[in-house]
Amino acid sequence: MTTQTTTAPPPAAVGRSRAPRSGGSTLVRRRQRWGWLFVVPFLVVFALLLIFPLFYAFGMSLFTSTLATGTDFTGLANYGKAFTDPLFLEGMLRVLGFAVVMIPTQLLVALAAALVLDTLVSRLSKLSRLFIFVPYAIPGVIGALMWSFLYSPRFGPGATIFGAFGLPTPEFLAPDSIFGSLVNIVTWQWAGYYMVVIYAALRSIDPSIYEAARIDGANGWQTAIGIKVPMISSSMVMVVMFALIGTLQFFTEPVVLRSVAQGAIDAAYTPNMYAFSLAFSYSQFNYAAAIAFSLGALVFAGSFVFLFLTRKQSGLK
Amino acid sequence: MSIFSPRTTGSVDPAEPLTTATGLPSHVDRSVHRGGRRGRRTGSRRIGSHVFLIILAIYFIVPIWWLVVASTKDTSGLFSSPAFWFDDNFAFFDNIAGLFSHQGGIYWRWLGNSFLYAFAGGIGATILAVLAGYGFAKYNFRGRNGVFTVILGSVMVPLTALVIPTFMLLSQYGIINTPWAVILPSLLSPFGVYLMRVYTQDAVPDEMLEAARIDGAGELRTFFQVALPLLRPAIVTVLLLSVVGTWNNFFLPLAVLTDPNLLPVTVGLNRWTALSNAGAGGEQVWNLITSGAFISVLPLILSFLFLQRYWQGGLSLGSIK
Repeated sequence: MTTQTTTAPPPAAVGRSRAPRSGGSTLVRRRQRWGWLFVVPFLVVFALLLIFPLFYAFGMSLFTSTLATGTDFTGLANYGKAFTDPLFLEGMLRVLGFAVVMIPTQLLVALAAALVLDTLVSRLSKLSRLFIFVPYAIPGVIGALMWSFLYSPRFGPGATIFGAFGLPTPEFLAPDSIFGSLVNIVTWQWAGYYMVVIYAALRSIDPSIYEAARIDGANGWQTAIGIKVPMISSSMVMVVMFALIGTLQFFTEPVVLRSVAQGAIDAAYTPNMYAFSLAFSYSQFNYAAAIAFSLGALVFAGSFVFLFLTRKQSGLK
Repeated sequence: MSIFSPRTTGSVDPAEPLTTATGLPSHVDRSVHRGGRRGRRTGSRRIGSHVFLIILAIYFIVPIWWLVVASTKDTSGLFSSPAFWFDDNFAFFDNIAGLFSHQGGIYWRWLGNSFLYAFAGGIGATILAVLAGYGFAKYNFRGRNGVFTVILGSVMVPLTALVIPTFMLLSQYGIINTPWAVILPSLLSPFGVYLMRVYTQDAVPDEMLEAARIDGAGELRTFFQVALPLLRPAIVTVLLLSVVGTWNNFFLPLAVLTDPNLLPVTVGLNRWTALSNAGAGGEQVWNLITSGAFISVLPLILSFLFLQRYWQGGLSLGSIK
């Protein structure tokens, strides 16, 4: 940015490159450089805390350190190890499984609630909207803690509720059911947020379109499925993408539940947990960096592919 | 950048026929619907819809109700009384006293830490985002689009993948296990920059900036006196989202803080839970966990109720003007 201030291009060059947008005067050009001053504080933080750590981690992941030989440059060996490491691959498959189950669940709940809310105008519907959204205000850790109490065979209401129907109490924290229990926590936490995003998109549709559909004899369902859902597809794409990024990084909820469900959740349950335990329990920082970097790259690539596949819906040109 | 701009598909361009996506007849034009919002929403008669909503609302609110109730119980009450109703023994104030005495009242330290980290990180992130958003929206400097694309792309970089690299980097510089280790990474909010840019583009007319300049105001003065007041709603939204984001963060403080006195309340309560699950009688503080959790979410719920407009504002910034 400093170099630019020293070179004042001749007016002709300015006219060629900038004229259409800024009028072409040197005064305007000089003023545009102020933009950099506004942007630079953020860019410094961005470079120091995002770009630099990424490169640093990548650099670290190229080394291997052992007690016997010290730290050696081993190239991509850590990545070869990661992508043949059953613990990492199982964790990756597990979070993909979570993505396949959890995202449609959340999206369906959010979409159904938003579509219903969009057709109602009553005190009750406003209150419901608030109630559905409020778990979003609860930190993930606290939400998971609350559910760990509710799932607990000692404190939880499971025995009372299921006992009333003469059913045995389900073991929410057993290895077989922990998957569903985690899906439930995340859905509870996030569906309301997605609902509000979708609801906001629905409210921005020009209502005259419904009028036209009504004249054509479309009923509520047909309007919802045939008009509303296609028109909010860009918001849905955004919701799915955020949910995807979040799910692949799954960490907080399984970590919290781990203290009550030791047998069901191991230290490498998700890739993030695996990287964490490698770094902080086993001090294998180089390998942990490789795992974290691989996960980050997979998430980035995954979201990119997703955006590419849905470019029609999202309006991405 | 149109990826994140719902406006590109969320509204109908009046110049285009209305047929393509919706299957509606193309001759419908805007004059037909002068009836406005009538017919958009029906009254409160739809029983099925309301029942559906009530069931959903109960599912979402019941765990919070449980927390309210549980915070008023002592440990034996947590074990023995019905989960969703109060015990005979109202122990809320005893629990608060317990929070003051257990481990020297460390809980309140945790709560104070959470406030410090959330506001220091949140205010810093907001200042950076407002400046950058204004710069991107209102100046056409060279390299603008390239830089902005990189920032936007970074929204897709998973933040937790950054935690371990950040930890290693910060430990190189010896700021691990200090408040800075949490505050500095919290200053980063690419999404805040995006929101501020989108909002600034709409809310601050170029003509007003031009008028201020013609009146002789410098660029900084134009920003502070003309643009900043117009940006207030978006500033509140970005501030709220980044404060809450830092408050809720778990992975980062878990990784970079080991001194119990520096923990935020989220990590602290999780530590108590782990100890209570693993430990013997003396370490089991279930009643303190529930009441501590309740007190720690009170500020969030209150801000949620009173600043609802802003909690939702961030979500609809792109789609509604």
